[in-house]
Amino acid sequence: MQTTLPLDDRQALLQAAWKRLDTRFPQVEAVFADLLDAAREALTPQGLAAYLDAARQIGKLGRGAEPLLVFLEEWPEVAKAAGETALDAVMDCIDRMQKSPNGRAITDCLQTLAPVARRLPSPALLHDYLAIALDLMTRTTGSIHGRHATLPSPGLPDFFTRAPMLLDQLSLGGLANWVDYGVRNYANHPERQKDYFSVQSADSRAVLQRERHGTLFADNERRLGLYLRGVWQDDAPLIAYSTAFDQMRKPVPYFDRLGFRLPDVYDDAAGVTGLDRYRVALAHMAGHRRWSQPLVADNWSPFQRLAVECLEDCRVDTLLIRDYPGLRAVLLALHPRPAEDGCDAQTTSCLRHRLAMLSRALLDPQHGYTNATLNAFAARFHALLAHGPASTREIAALALEFVTRTRQPSDQFAQVHFADTVVDYRDDNRHLWTFIESGDEEDTLEQQSKPQQTHDTPTLPPRHYPEWDARSQSYRPDWVSVYDTLHPSGDPAVIDRLLSKHATLARRLKRLFDLLKPQDRERIRYQEDGSELDLDVALRALIDFKSGAAPDPRINLRHRTNGRDIAVLLLLDLSQSLNDPVAASGQSILQLSQEAVCLLAWAIDTLGDAFAIAGFHSNTRHEVRYLHIKGYGERWDEPVKARLAGMQARWSTRMGAALRHGAHFLGARKADKKLLLVLTDGMPSDIDVADSSLLVADARQAVREIEQQGIFPYCISLDPQADAYVGDIFGRQFTVVDHIERLPERLPQMFIALTK
Amino acid sequence: MIDTDQYLVRQEPFYQPQGREVALFEAAYRKRLPVMVKGPTGCGKSRFVEYMAWKLGKPLITVACNEDMTAADLVGRYLLDANGTRWLDGPLTTAARIGAICYLDEVVEARQDTTVVIHPLTDHRRVLPLDKKGEQVQAHADFQLVISYNPGYQSVMKDLKPSTKQRFAAFDFDYPAPELEAAILARETGVAADIAAQLVKIGAVARRLKGHGLDEGISTRLLVYAASLIQDGVAPRDACGMALVAPITDDADIRSTLDHAIATTFA
Repeated sequence: MQTTLPLDDRQALLQAAWKRLDTRFPQVEAVFADLLDAAREALTPQGLAAYLDAARQIGKLGRGAEPLLVFLEEWPEVAKAAGETALDAVMDCIDRMQKSPNGRAITDCLQTLAPVARRLPSPALLHDYLAIALDLMTRTTGSIHGRHATLPSPGLPDFFTRAPMLLDQLSLGGLANWVDYGVRNYANHPERQKDYFSVQSADSRAVLQRERHGTLFADNERRLGLYLRGVWQDDAPLIAYSTAFDQMRKPVPYFDRLGFRLPDVYDDAAGVTGLDRYRVALAHMAGHRRWSQPLVADNWSPFQRLAVECLEDCRVDTLLIRDYPGLRAVLLALHPRPAEDGCDAQTTSCLRHRLAMLSRALLDPQHGYTNATLNAFAARFHALLAHGPASTREIAALALEFVTRTRQPSDQFAQVHFADTVVDYRDDNRHLWTFIESGDEEDTLEQQSKPQQTHDTPTLPPRHYPEWDARSQSYRPDWVSVYDTLHPSGDPAVIDRLLSKHATLARRLKRLFDLLKPQDRERIRYQEDGSELDLDVALRALIDFKSGAAPDPRINLRHRTNGRDIAVLLLLDLSQSLNDPVAASGQSILQLSQEAVCLLAWAIDTLGDAFAIAGFHSNTRHEVRYLHIKGYGERWDEPVKARLAGMQARWSTRMGAALRHGAHFLGARKADKKLLLVLTDGMPSDIDVADSSLLVADARQAVREIEQQGIFPYCISLDPQADAYVGDIFGRQFTVVDHIERLPERLPQMFIALTK
Repeated sequence: MIDTDQYLVRQEPFYQPQGREVALFEAAYRKRLPVMVKGPTGCGKSRFVEYMAWKLGKPLITVACNEDMTAADLVGRYLLDANGTRWLDGPLTTAARIGAICYLDEVVEARQDTTVVIHPLTDHRRVLPLDKKGEQVQAHADFQLVISYNPGYQSVMKDLKPSTKQRFAAFDFDYPAPELEAAILARETGVAADIAAQLVKIGAVARRLKGHGLDEGISTRLLVYAASLIQDGVAPRDACGMALVAPITDDADIRSTLDHAIATTFA
């Protein structure tokens, strides 16, 4: 740090520095003296020298005066936050950008370097940040003929612009993941890449959300629901609102008739974990729901309302503490502790400060405030609450009196004291007020209700499933939309004709299935350990014993029930390739599958197992159709047969989403054993995925997920080349049917073998 | 002969009536009606039966039912000895012979076809046919059958046959009201009234989570365990963790909720 120098010295220094900078930009010359003063304030002499050398280098990049000006302005700030030694990393970064087609982004990079450095206050962290940026740059810089990098990275400038906002919410690791996701998915799509890196696109926000630091609402929703139900006997739904994209207007928790609204993430604060902050916010709102009554607000000034809200909040908090004394420590940790002389009543409006102090005093017995009025009101407050919970109305009267008694002329000032007055676990108290008049505005329009959107065909809203991205080993959140529909119907007589065509096969199968039928109670004799003495055997053994022979020790019997408790889902791949004819018979694979499925369905129906059939096909990730052919509750009768008869094949095979959706239904069944049979004729593929090995990996991941749910997946593949990939997906749980003509016979047999 | 004394309840068990159940039970006993005691686990069903046996001065034979129990385990079976076979009465037969109260605890745990053997004892016949032995046991005039059962298990498998249910007069038990439950804790363990009240409050938290990951809330019995641990000098939070949280759930979310309730209750 240098003190002010005599004018001559300053002039000499300025000239030396100007010479060292060696530039002739008039824009720079105009401000250089001031900039140098600021730099001298912030930098050591060595740092100043390095600063000037670096600036000289930037000035000679041939990119005009702007990068130089920005650097001269920003660097002292950066050095203050991250240390002077970070300069090497920055210069290295600039050098590499200059040598790539991304030189234009240098200005963007320097522009946000100071706010970034404030969030990453060490040279090492700043170095890592620049490494992430360079990684993004090298991986997205395009080339036309694949040899020389010629096209600048489309996302890089947006990334630099957004970097301070991103670092507010992400750790460096999270930022690296977020960048990596964007590069992987949008490297070849400049427009979408821009959307992603400027945090415009939906999945950019979703991935950002996933990588955020702090305690995420989504991870704790059930825990909070349990807390609300168990401790506060409230079961209103919990709804998260986003805090990521609302920098100006910080939303606070609130509740309305739809439920409790909470922020989507809470960082740990003041030694209180994010989870506890959620709990406290919930407890406070639940307390309002329990103890607060709405008041008519029309005749009260904003100041009065503010005071009423504050005291009512205190009343609720006091009652909460009364119920659960341990909450006091958490509440006080989160409650600001305004200094008694923290607000200058001559220049600023101090009402908020007075109320925050009162609020602190009401909750904290060791508040230490000496103001007599404040202590008097605290005493009156406690007296009011000494016997029972009091009421909102009584508290409002007290609050109004407090405003009147402590009123100061400065309360009307425009400059309002905000520091240390925000209690962030408290909600916005919108429930506390009812308005008789809807507003003063004359042009209040009649609220027009939006006309209901009408669909041509009634469809359920889609369910979204994640998809496994093997390259990053992570899920793409809510990636695939699955639509449930009933399969269109055909002529049920077709199925009956098919069954009669296979009458001999059906008879043979029936015999097999009869063997599978549960035998109710089975007696097992000749047991050493059993539940009952088998008297006949026992007496025989006794006679043997008495006559000197070795007696048979197995003289007991026991009973065993032999039941079958199994739920089956048959999932049919209904993609376009099913329409291919099978060489030998001239039938299409679809027709053969139809025959096989109807035999199997008939057989399982006679067996009495819970059984559903569904088909699936997909047309990009935005439209995966899941077609219900038979539900668990339906009998094997005309409507089901009609749907089976109407089986149609088109589009592609996005297997993972269909497996997850099928498992969603099967998992809800209450059965000991759950079997998910997949009948497919080819490998997973879809037209929006160029590399179908990704969909294979996703299907494998889906299989793992459903196995964890206690479901046994099994694949029957009709693709002779299936060995190459089906084992990757299903492990050893698959069969490849080579002779497709024999499918009608093989399918029921496989089912029997699987469930025997 | 059979030593009847061993089945007598000698000391008065502590039982806190929740309503008129004592008088009603006495009335049922006067008419020798079979009685069913329903209620969640650990709410005092067995204690009530024990208390009534003491009050009526009758022997009590308790059978804890289980999945592997067969009709032979209740009625009796032939055993082998040096001279051939020997019949051994089961607990139900013994109770019918000596005129005891036979208490089948958690009767739904036994398989439904096992419980059918009690049917002839529970209607006007009051006999127990021993088909293997060829004997018809006429129940003693003092004999009464009591079963307990927990309707909380929402399972098709764990339920009584309608034909079994319709043979009993039933008492519906539930966890006692908070003040009563606190009084029970204090009386049973000698714990201070305020601690008893706090424990009851934690119990209530868990009971409200039933069906949201908990099959059963924290029972009065567990609260008594916690109270006796506290009475023995264990810190309340540790006692609660050990007696109230760890036994009932492995669900991390529920654990965390209960731990939080405990931490904020015992501040």
